[in-house]
Amino acid sequence: MSDSKSEKMSKEYIRPMPADWWLKKKTYFLFMVRELTCVFVGGYALFLLVLTTRLGDPQGFAALLNSPPLIALQIIALPMVFYHSITWLNLTPMVMVLWRGEERVSPFLITVAMYVIWAIISIVILWIAFLYR
Amino acid sequence: MAVSETTQTQSTIPLEVFRYRPDQEEEPTFQRYEVPYRTDWVVLDALNYIKDQLDGTLSYRWSCRMGVCGSCGMMVNGEPKLTCAAFLRDYYPNPIRVEPLDYYPVIRDLVINMDDFMDKLVEVKAWLLPKEEKPLSEGEYLQTPAELAHYKQFTMCINCMLCYAACPVVGHDADFIGPAAIALAQRYNLDSRDGGADERADAIFSHEGIWKCTFVGDCTRVCPKKVDPAGAIQQAKIAATKDWFRSVLVPWGKK
Repeated sequence: MSDSKSEKMSKEYIRPMPADWWLKKKTYFLFMVRELTCVFVGGYALFLLVLTTRLGDPQGFAALLNSPPLIALQIIALPMVFYHSITWLNLTPMVMVLWRGEERVSPFLITVAMYVIWAIISIVILWIAFLYR
Repeated sequence: MAVSETTQTQSTIPLEVFRYRPDQEEEPTFQRYEVPYRTDWVVLDALNYIKDQLDGTLSYRWSCRMGVCGSCGMMVNGEPKLTCAAFLRDYYPNPIRVEPLDYYPVIRDLVINMDDFMDKLVEVKAWLLPKEEKPLSEGEYLQTPAELAHYKQFTMCINCMLCYAACPVVGHDADFIGPAAIALAQRYNLDSRDGGADERADAIFSHEGIWKCTFVGDCTRVCPKKVDPAGAIQQAKIAATKDWFRSVLVPWGKK
């Protein structure tokens, strides 16, 4: 349709994508932070895997938990994992759409349900941990 | 009108407008215009004032000026906006920078080449493909209000392309099918009268389709019609994943 026209106009200007695009908008920046926190989620998972190798050795297990670099990792990883979890839980209603007849289940309700499930699982894990202390 | 003119003729607001005239210059420039400030004016009114009173060479697209045609989308201070819905009073007294929608080739001034988007709408077959063709004598394809509710939100899209200008994935990779086209494909996939999901699958369930989306979510934030294209894409990812598991776990069942 516009082929002959765009050929005549010829020079369309293509704006370059700047390397620091993610610093230009708050929403882009927060997205990048969310994506980068996954490194710490992965790092903490790795740490847990290493811990399981010491399950048969209580002294080694405690020594690993008390080693300063790993304490530092846990202190950094905790807020990162929190941020990661909270951002994803808040996005859940966009992904999970439930219908009650013609009515869509309120996105707020779905988010609240996510937090409740999170709290229940955390309490159960803490309870087990204290039971076998 | 007369009242606002007498009370506000003194104050003006500067507009820094992206200019690109391919017949005259290689690189775009910004041109500054002083436009009368009126509380009931939108950026599009200011552009019309420039075109009318200051500089007739300025090019831009617009039509309905009431937020339904989807023609007047531009970057306003770096944010994709319908200029007919961006009030000067929200920026005053700071200057307003007006640029063409991000990531698309600029033909002239504020006019982008949108052929790519139009091609993508065709690629995802964003129209109704009936399950079975019925002769006219059999009447309409009926649908319950509940069935309508499942896709109605996605019918609100006005093809203004603000979501494309908000998407950094589009900026990095022009092959990405993109938010609006996928949301519109979902609109038809979720329609109880439609049977074209398989025909659309190649375009949207591919790497260039939903799997390129990293869920930045800015498309949903800027959408003037609350279509939620980011939601549409993630929901399509879930549907595609479920289908895949079903095909692996129950290979003898229907797809």
